[in-house]
Amino acid sequence: MRAVFRHELSSYFTGLSGYVFGAFLLLFAGIYTMAYNIKNALSNFEYVLSGMSFIFLIIVPILTMRVLAEEKRQKTDQLLYSLPLTMTQVVMGKYAAMLVMLLVPLAIISIYPLILSVYGNVNLAAAYGALTGFFFLGAALLAVGTFVSSLTESQAVAAGLCFVVLLVNYFLSSLASFLSTTAFASFAAFAVCIALLALIFWRMTKSGFGASVIFIALEAVLFALYTFRKDSFGGLFPTLLQRLSLFARFEQFVNGVFDITAIVFYISVIGVFLFISVQSMEKRRWS
Amino acid sequence: MIEVKHLTKRYGEHLAVDDLSFTIEDGQIYGFLGPNGAGKSTTMNIMTGCLAATSGDVTIDGLDIFEDAAQAKRLIGYLPEQPPLYPDRTPREYLRFVAEAKRVPPSEIRGQIDRVLDITQTAGVADRLIKNLSKGYRQRVGIAQALLGSPRVIILDEPTVGLDPKQIVEIRDLIKDLGREHTVILSSHILSEVQAICTTILIISEGRLVACDTAENLEKLFAGSVSVELDVDADEEEAGRIVSSLPAVSKSEISKRPDGGSHLRLEAGSEYSDSVCRELSLAFAGSGHAVLQMTTSKASLEDIFIELTGSEKEADKT
Repeated sequence: MRAVFRHELSSYFTGLSGYVFGAFLLLFAGIYTMAYNIKNALSNFEYVLSGMSFIFLIIVPILTMRVLAEEKRQKTDQLLYSLPLTMTQVVMGKYAAMLVMLLVPLAIISIYPLILSVYGNVNLAAAYGALTGFFFLGAALLAVGTFVSSLTESQAVAAGLCFVVLLVNYFLSSLASFLSTTAFASFAAFAVCIALLALIFWRMTKSGFGASVIFIALEAVLFALYTFRKDSFGGLFPTLLQRLSLFARFEQFVNGVFDITAIVFYISVIGVFLFISVQSMEKRRWS
Repeated sequence: MIEVKHLTKRYGEHLAVDDLSFTIEDGQIYGFLGPNGAGKSTTMNIMTGCLAATSGDVTIDGLDIFEDAAQAKRLIGYLPEQPPLYPDRTPREYLRFVAEAKRVPPSEIRGQIDRVLDITQTAGVADRLIKNLSKGYRQRVGIAQALLGSPRVIILDEPTVGLDPKQIVEIRDLIKDLGREHTVILSSHILSEVQAICTTILIISEGRLVACDTAENLEKLFAGSVSVELDVDADEEEAGRIVSSLPAVSKSEISKRPDGGSHLRLEAGSEYSDSVCRELSLAFAGSGHAVLQMTTSKASLEDIFIELTGSEKEADKT
């Protein structure tokens, strides 16, 4: 894992993507600090982080697009498979390098509240709490991007797809509020999700039997739940979507709450997406 | 020693490797020979753990390539068909990464990199970006990568494809040198190449092993008979009488020549391949006739290759 980590980290510095990632973060942190804290004399540094969180939509794909896709395109994945490394070590090494790329600009940004506190009364606890949340948000988005990159051989497709996924996630909580909150609407939405899940399973495993079993079993459970616990279905789907939004969770930190459940959620997202990235790479060995 | 047992790889409906079994002994150069799409690369990918087999297993010194992957892979150096290089790095940086990944002790890394750069004659380009290197140098860097960690077995997939004739000769010499210290397995669809480098040849066709032996043995085994053509100054009747007295000759065809002599086309059993010319000339000379011209032709490895890989296809059609 150390070998992959070192190799990956140095490739961010030999290429452009690492610098672009850091420069964007610092540029926007600078702009928002100037606008909020200096121009408008707000003492809350967390608003800066809240304002600039959308920048992840652009810079996360820049950092993650090549991470696994490029290995496939230039056939260096064959080297990784033949080296005495497990895919877990490869993905973890690459992910650790990306975290360092995220930590370096954040370390610089972490000086800003201290500088501001010289000139006014800054709530440092809230500022650094929000910065921690900001780091976990970025880390979770990078894990999502890593998975998207494992799906394709083309950097451009990986970047585009990653952007769309993050964009949908960014607007997820606002979109969810437009959805109907009736019990039946939630039931229908879950039914469609199960059908999609079965379809994906069928596409990936080509096992029609397995997919039908999953489809029938899950739909039966859903139908039973809907029949007996109809009340709890009201507004369930929009709430669930809201819960899945990575960006919405960050707002808790901006409001001055150090939300442990959000940290746990982010770590779970990281774990799940890195796990399926490893599986996605392993799958190529079996196809 | 590598043991491949009942290896099968299926891509959907297509059977790429079909119940392949063979053993690779230490200290030899093996050549996988077969037409394009015969399953050579697939077999090599499975042997190096890059690809999972549908069934069957591969063991290296008793270590399963999947079960004991980390240990087994350290015994193997692999150069895939397309050298897996990072274009934005220099060979030295690239080799350092591979050496670290192969868990070469840190104190030995520098020495090993210098050694493989030296062996593959790439020291001169070690600090240039790989994307600026020629195909021949990239191939060498790929081989250098396979040599790191001093693996027992080196597996090279079509190491000379896309190189110019001079580079091909250089790479072949390099492989022969490697054969002194490592077991080498290479694949090729070019017969003369395998014949020139390898001690043992495995002919693969349609995912099956159709022959496995040394080049000479293969020739002997499949040659069957030697054909001899000769001109003599005896008439047809006389020539026929002399030829039929020789036990070596199994088949003869005699035609008349305009100058009164005759032209003979003979076949002799493979056990007489060394002696038939001598016997013929002595027999004719003994009865007072001169042999004017004599040529022999053995079935070449090329013929064997075509016969073996061609008949497979015909057998499949029926």
